[in-house]
Amino acid sequence: MDANALILLGTLATSLVSAGVIFLLAESRHTVRSIFNLAAALLKVILVGWMIWGVYNALEYEVRFTIIEGVDFILRADALGMMFVGLSSVLWLFTTVYAIGYLEGAPNRSRFFGFFSLCVASTVGIALAGNLFTFLLFYELLTLSTYPLVVHRGTRESLRAGRIYLFYTLGGGALLLLGVVALHVLVGDTEFRPGGVLDHLDPTLYPLLVGIFAIMIIGLGVKAALVPLHVWLPLAMVAPAPVSALLHAVAVVKAGAFGIARVVYDVYGIEFTFSLGLLTPLAIAASITILYASLRALMQADLKKRLAFSTVSQVSYIILGISLFGPVGTLGGLVHLLHQGLMKITLFFCAGNYAETLGIHKIHELDGAGWRMPATSVAFTLGAFGMIGVPPMAGFISKWYLGIGALEAGMNWVLAVLIISSLLNAAYFLPILYRLWFGTRERPWCEERARGRYETSMWLLLPTLATAAFALSAGLLAGMPFSPLYWAELIVTREYL
Amino acid sequence: MSGALVFAASGVVLFGLGLFGFIVHRHLLRRLLAFNIMGSGSFLVLVGLAQDGRGVDPVPHAMVITGIVVAVASTALALVVFRRWYRASGRTDLPEDT
Amino acid sequence: MIGLWSIPLLFALPLALGILTLLVAPAWRVRLSLLGLIPLIVASVAVAAGLVLDGPQVYALGDWDAPLGINLMVDGLAVGMILLTTLVASLCALYAAVYLRDLPASSSFFWPLLWFLWAGMNGIWLAEDIFNLYVGLEVMGLAAVGMVALRATPPALAAAMRYLLAALLGSLAYLLGVALLYANYGTLSMAGLHEVATPQVTTHVALALVILGLLLKTALFPLHAWLPPAHGGALTPVSALLSALVIKASFYILLRFWITLGPEVTPLFTAQLLGALGAGAVFYGGWMAWRQEHLKQLVAYSTVAQIGYLFLFFPLVTGTSPEAARLAWDGTLMMLIAHALAKAALFLSAGNLILAIGSPQISHMVGVSRFRPLSLFSFGLAGVSLMGLPPSGGFTAKWLLLHSAILSGQWWWLVVLLIGGLLSAAYIFKVFRVSFREGPQTDYLATPPRVLDVTAMVLALGAILIGLTAYQPLHWLRLGSPFGAG
Repeated sequence: MDANALILLGTLATSLVSAGVIFLLAESRHTVRSIFNLAAALLKVILVGWMIWGVYNALEYEVRFTIIEGVDFILRADALGMMFVGLSSVLWLFTTVYAIGYLEGAPNRSRFFGFFSLCVASTVGIALAGNLFTFLLFYELLTLSTYPLVVHRGTRESLRAGRIYLFYTLGGGALLLLGVVALHVLVGDTEFRPGGVLDHLDPTLYPLLVGIFAIMIIGLGVKAALVPLHVWLPLAMVAPAPVSALLHAVAVVKAGAFGIARVVYDVYGIEFTFSLGLLTPLAIAASITILYASLRALMQADLKKRLAFSTVSQVSYIILGISLFGPVGTLGGLVHLLHQGLMKITLFFCAGNYAETLGIHKIHELDGAGWRMPATSVAFTLGAFGMIGVPPMAGFISKWYLGIGALEAGMNWVLAVLIISSLLNAAYFLPILYRLWFGTRERPWCEERARGRYETSMWLLLPTLATAAFALSAGLLAGMPFSPLYWAELIVTREYL
Repeated sequence: MSGALVFAASGVVLFGLGLFGFIVHRHLLRRLLAFNIMGSGSFLVLVGLAQDGRGVDPVPHAMVITGIVVAVASTALALVVFRRWYRASGRTDLPEDT
Repeated sequence: MIGLWSIPLLFALPLALGILTLLVAPAWRVRLSLLGLIPLIVASVAVAAGLVLDGPQVYALGDWDAPLGINLMVDGLAVGMILLTTLVASLCALYAAVYLRDLPASSSFFWPLLWFLWAGMNGIWLAEDIFNLYVGLEVMGLAAVGMVALRATPPALAAAMRYLLAALLGSLAYLLGVALLYANYGTLSMAGLHEVATPQVTTHVALALVILGLLLKTALFPLHAWLPPAHGGALTPVSALLSALVIKASFYILLRFWITLGPEVTPLFTAQLLGALGAGAVFYGGWMAWRQEHLKQLVAYSTVAQIGYLFLFFPLVTGTSPEAARLAWDGTLMMLIAHALAKAALFLSAGNLILAIGSPQISHMVGVSRFRPLSLFSFGLAGVSLMGLPPSGGFTAKWLLLHSAILSGQWWWLVVLLIGGLLSAAYIFKVFRVSFREGPQTDYLATPPRVLDVTAMVLALGAILIGLTAYQPLHWLRLGSPFGAG
């Protein structure tokens, strides 16, 4: 086991070990727990940064051992995985800070942070998985570790949301398992390799491969919130804001989209998928999700619910990019994975700030909040502009590339989908911005938290501003090395052409 | 009809009678007796069938002796449990069915 | 072969300990038993080492050969079961040593019964002829009934009586089948039967009797009625032993018969029928478990369901390719082992939860996640294996069985495996849902001693780890079986 393998395992271990320690710590040891959490998150960011540098310089990181004959557990660092794990570890750090502030004084924090660490471990495992078996292992582990977070509050709504969440995700997991085993029967171990591992098969098997693709996409589509499998996502908003922010805006839904990317690029291969005629149905499914979810978002009066439907819609941009044949479309989809994560988490952090500080849950209560909480509202505005696709925000770059990719792939109708959805995004975000900055508040604010020097607790404010800054710079500085766009280009040139 | 076959046939008949009694009766002592009759029936089958033209075969005898010992032990245990059950509940049959 | 001495010891030592513990005073029974665990563990490891280094062996007890002497056989499957028994029974014994402390002195009869149970089980795993299997079944069965009756409450006594009647009926059917087989072929040894068995009417009738008897003892749907009251109503360590080990013994015998008689004799129809009954068990048991309000009854019905998976073995090895059969063998054995570990863990942690809350009702477990997180966690880990979610032995087993089903083209079993997993999730999460709910604080009556939680956790972790480290054990389990030397 060489040093490189140790770094891989170390990245996974930081959250696994911290989960174990946190579970064993007594509930009352808040400071120790927070220090441990932050230290582990920081260590993970450092390790991931190291690996990213290594992958950039074409170093190899791999860990493998045999589970049963023909099935290996493989962890590997490649460019696509690094992108996802980079996003997760940076955002984990910020969300940990946010959660420490948000849950101040709340019960059951040991349980919360323990499962929180397990979730991140699962997400890292998904990103680093080197074959479908390992991916599946961590994918199901993610389901198991997110359930306790969804039902954390223990209320009737939380438990109901948890039940529905399990129904969908376990069902999706079962379908995914079926697809993966079926592939194993056909070709043996399905290690991820750019360009896919399936194109040498006998053409009589093609119908079977199409069927397997379909069930795997459905299995992955549950987490990626493809319509009509998205039902659990708005319901899961009943969880505390840090959970919604990281998990349901970033980790869980991204895991689904990431899985679809892996299947299309590294198992089937984009050319083979195209020749099987599977890209168009995928694009249609993604487009339906984009439009339907945007419409539903319009109808929501609850802020988090509106953001939830926005997530459903935005994650499908990634899937749309994957389904566009050609490097530009791929680029658009992959870069949006990072961009959407940064922007959406900012929005959820802001929603949490509003709820915690001013008790605001409904949109119509936001009148004039911009002046009461200016920093948060600036962050929200930046995030919202990004979602709509206003330059120079990161969201604009993703949509630009998606548009060009659509034209290149000859799917002009996708362009129409992009334009309509951007208009819908504007339709449901701009009124919020209007209320924030131009609305007038008649009654005084009910102060959930005593007004300190700043508009809200620093634990809540700093992460929000940090992610907003990242979202802004991802767009402004997109041309610079190590921007999300740069890294996505690296993936596309290195691996798919 | 050879002697062995008579043994085997009566063994099967006994087994069947015992089985019938086991299923039909509700009183636990009767069921225990029925079980013992079934046991004797199987032993008869063992002894009878195995005698078929092979001279004296010690193996089935060993099996039957073992079987008898097992039957004694099982019956003893069943009686103990039954007695406790009767003392604790006042019933001689099991509640609901079976 | 090294460790040859260990083979008879595995049978004789538990017997001796059983008699000894009957003779000494109640206070000494626990100490003697815990002391006796040590040589037994050593002997189990020795026999395993002997198998790996020297291959499968047949050993004649006292050097008297069959047919009058008793032959013992050591192959991969036998050693696997011996090790499993040693592991699970030792941990349950540790649990019982603490758990039974506060119960009346009559419950110290647990110890002699445990040793007789263990002797019977080891006798079954090591048996080379079908009559010895009968003896082992009886010794084990009577000890098990005694253990169920330990609780001495009317429901437990009724459950014990029901269990006894079912066990006796099953044994008699089995005995009659053995009698017919001997009459037909003149041999009792499994090696002998393997040579001479042919598909005749008498063989089929005998096989039918044997199967019926063993199905009753394994509580396969629809002959399962005796199991939930017995397993659910017994003392916690007894429930764990029964569900994890005892129920597997009759299945083990069925397995042996099937592979001994070989593919020519065993009918395809019967194989598919057994699989269908297994499917019925999975669905019915799962649904009934979900409906239970009493925690241990839920776990007991879970056993009914999980037993069903084991019976998928028969359709997957009969009339299929060697590779599909090998995968089915691997998967079934992995399922057997993982279930034993997970079910024991589940019962023990259920017992801990009940001790802490003072009530066996699931609805009373409101908020227990806050106060007994360790017990709940072992319950959860064990549940992960039962649901067949990764990473666990249950998942690896499910994977192997799915692979075998697809390879052999019997895609209908896929539905059973996948839906069964979702059903188990329904009843496992039912418990979690209640425990996460915030409600009025119940009076927590007791903090169970650490040992109870630790033993449950060790078993649960075992169920998880076996899934990740399955490669070598599966290879060893195949030694001496018709599914290749791996």
